[in-house]
Amino acid sequence: MHKNSMFARATPYLFGALFIIGLIAPFAVYPTFLMKILCFGLFACAFNLLLGFAGLLSFGHAAFLGTAGYVCGMLVRDVGVTPEVGIIGGTVAAGLLGWVFGVLAIRRTGIYFAMITLALSQMVYFLVLQIKATGGEDGLQGVPRGNLFGIIDLSNNLSMYYLVFAVFCIGFFIIYRTINSPFGEILKAIRENEPRAISLGYDVAKFKLLAFIISASLAGMAGATKTLVFQLASLTDVHWHMSGEVVLMTLLGGLGTVLGPLIGAATVVSLQTQLADSVGSWVTVIMGVIFVLCVLLFRRGIVGELQALIRRAGIR
Amino acid sequence: MQIKKLTTLACAAAFAALSGAANAQISGNTVKVGVLTDLSGTYSDLAGSGAVLATQMAIDDFIAEAKPAFKIEMVSADHQNKADIASNKAREWFEREGVDAATELVTTSTALAVMKIAKEMNRIALMSGPASTPITNEQCNDVSVHYTYDTYALANGTAKAVTKQGGDTWFFLTADYAFGQALERDSSAVVTANGGKVLGSVRHPFPASDFSSFLLQAQASGAKIIGLANAGADTTNAIKQAAEFGITPKQSLAGLLMFISDVHSLGLKNTQGMYLTTGFYWDLNDDTRTWSKRFFDKQKRMPTMVQAGQYSSVLHYLRAVQAAGSDDSAKVMAQMKKTPINDFFAKNGQIREDGRMIHDMYLVQVKKPDESKYPWDYYHVRQTIPAAEAFQPLSESRCPLIKK
Repeated sequence: MHKNSMFARATPYLFGALFIIGLIAPFAVYPTFLMKILCFGLFACAFNLLLGFAGLLSFGHAAFLGTAGYVCGMLVRDVGVTPEVGIIGGTVAAGLLGWVFGVLAIRRTGIYFAMITLALSQMVYFLVLQIKATGGEDGLQGVPRGNLFGIIDLSNNLSMYYLVFAVFCIGFFIIYRTINSPFGEILKAIRENEPRAISLGYDVAKFKLLAFIISASLAGMAGATKTLVFQLASLTDVHWHMSGEVVLMTLLGGLGTVLGPLIGAATVVSLQTQLADSVGSWVTVIMGVIFVLCVLLFRRGIVGELQALIRRAGIR
Repeated sequence: MQIKKLTTLACAAAFAALSGAANAQISGNTVKVGVLTDLSGTYSDLAGSGAVLATQMAIDDFIAEAKPAFKIEMVSADHQNKADIASNKAREWFEREGVDAATELVTTSTALAVMKIAKEMNRIALMSGPASTPITNEQCNDVSVHYTYDTYALANGTAKAVTKQGGDTWFFLTADYAFGQALERDSSAVVTANGGKVLGSVRHPFPASDFSSFLLQAQASGAKIIGLANAGADTTNAIKQAAEFGITPKQSLAGLLMFISDVHSLGLKNTQGMYLTTGFYWDLNDDTRTWSKRFFDKQKRMPTMVQAGQYSSVLHYLRAVQAAGSDDSAKVMAQMKKTPINDFFAKNGQIREDGRMIHDMYLVQVKKPDESKYPWDYYHVRQTIPAAEAFQPLSESRCPLIKK
C-alpha cells in the first residue's frame, strides 16, 4: 500500500466521522444487529492484520473466535466474574492458543501454513464438541451479560452496545497502530519479499509469530464480546465455515485496507440477516456466488476498488 | 413534578379508555406467534413448512371458534438448526416485533437457546420439535412448554416394548454427541431394567454417511436388536445400509427417534417390522383422520407428530390467552397449566410444573409392504402408553422448579 497524501490527510476526518456515526447509530438501527456487525468487523480486521499485512493466510481463525467465546462464557457463567474480566480472559486464552498455533504453523508458508492452521482448528472444534463443559452441540447456553465493572447493567441493549463499540475501537486502534508502526512496516516487507527481509537481518519467524499472536488475541476479543452479546457460544463459532466466512468478509471488503474488513463484515452480516428469512440455508450458496464474483470482478474488494477509483480520478 | 404526574395519570386514563374491557391486557391488541423452525435443512420434512401450516390452521380454527376481540398474527423464520441464528432471531422478535410466543423450535440446541431468551424477556416458548430431556430437567424454566415428545418417552416406549417382546440382546449404534449418548444411556437403562442385556455399542461421528464398519460390528455382536441412537439422515442412512448388508431382517433394527416422514422416505420395504414410539399417528381415529386430511390437502403429506403437536400447542396457547384475557406470560402459563388439553392430538393432556406436556404415546410397528392398503398406511398401533407411564415421573425430575 503506497502512501497517498490525500488519504493521509483525510484519514483523521474519516475516522472521526465514523466514530460519531458509531455513537449515534444505535438510535437509528437495531442495536443487536449493530453489535453483531462490530464483533464480526473486529474479527475480520484481526484476520486482515495477518493476511493483508503479513501475507499469512490462516484458515483456522474460527478456533480463536470460538475458544475465546467459550472461555469468556464459562468465566462469566460458571465462575461468576464480571463481563470485562470475561472478555480479557477470553482474549488471553485466544492469544495463548494463537501462540501454540503460531509456533507450529509459521515454520511453513503458503498452502502448508493454511492447512496446518486448519488442522489445528479442527482439533479445537473436536475438543469443543466432545468436552462436557462446552455443552457439545447444544453450545454454552445462558451466559449472563452481567454488570460491567459490577455497576453498569448490560442487559440494557444500549449499554451493551457502547461496551461493544468501545471494545471494537480499542481493537481497531491496536490494529491501526500495529500497521502504522515500524513493526507493521517490517511485516509488509516480509509479505512483499521474505528472503530480502531475512537478508536485511530481520528474524522473520519472530515477526510472523508476534503478528499471529496479536491477530489471534484480537479475534478472541471479538469472540468473547460476541458471546456476551448473544449470551451464547456455539459450535458455529469454532466450525471451519467460520474460518471461511472471515476470509470472505476480508476479501469482499478489501484485503490489506484498514476499513475494508469492517465494510466486508457489515455486508456479509446484513446479507445473511436479510436472506435468512427468505432463502434459509441457500444463504451459503449465495455467499459462494458472491465470493466468486468478488474474486473475478473486483479483486481489490469494496474499499480497495473505491480507493483505486479515487486514485484514478486523479485527486492528490 | 405535579404536571408530570398529572400527564402520566391522564395518559393512563386515556389508554385505559381506548382499550376495550375484554382485552385490556393484550399488548397492542395483537397476539403474535412466531414459528422458528428448520425450513430448509435435515428437519424440514418433519417440522418445517408443515409446522408453519399447522400454526396457521390453529390460528384460523381459533378465530372461527372463539371470535376473539384481539388480532392474531404469525411470523416464521428459518433457524437452520443453528443455536446462534435461533437466538438472534428470537431476540429480534421479542425486542422489536412484539412476538408473544416463539414456537416449534426443532433441534434441542436451538430450543435451549430460545428458552433462555424467552425467560429473560418474559415471553413464552412452546416446543414441539426438540427431543432432549434437559429442556424439562436441568434447563427447565417457567415460561417454556415441551409439548410433543422427548427422548425419555421414546426410549421408554420403544426399548421397553422391544425387550419385553423377546428382543433381549441389544447393540447400540450411537451418534457421537450429547444427544446420541443421552439416547443410548436412557435406552440401555430401560433394556437392563426389563431383563435385557446390552452387548455393546459403537459410536459413529456426527453426521456420518458410511456406516459399513459400524454395521459390521453390530452384526458381529450377534445381538438380536440393533438400537439406532441417532436421528434424521443418520438413521435413514443406517437403515438403508443395514438392508444392503443383509443385516435386516436377520437382526432387527430399533429406531429410537423416527418420524413418519422417515418411514415415508425410506419406504416400507426398508423399514418393515420396526418398532417405534410416536406421540401421534394420523390414522388413529376419526378425529385424527379429519384433521390430518385437512392438513394433507394443503401440504400433500401426512402430518408428523411434531406438526400435529404444533397445531395443538398453538391452539392451547391461544385459548389460554382468551381465557386469561391477557398475553402476560405468567397469567397465560398459569392458564395453560391449569386447563387440560383435549383435541385430536391429546386426550386429557396436561402441562406439568416442569413444562412437560404429558399425554398418551403410541408404540407402533411399521407394516409390511403388502399390509399397507392405502397411501400413508404405515403403522400397526401395538400399544397405547398411558401418559402417566410414558414420560419421566416428576419424582425423577432434575428441574429446579420442582420442590421435593
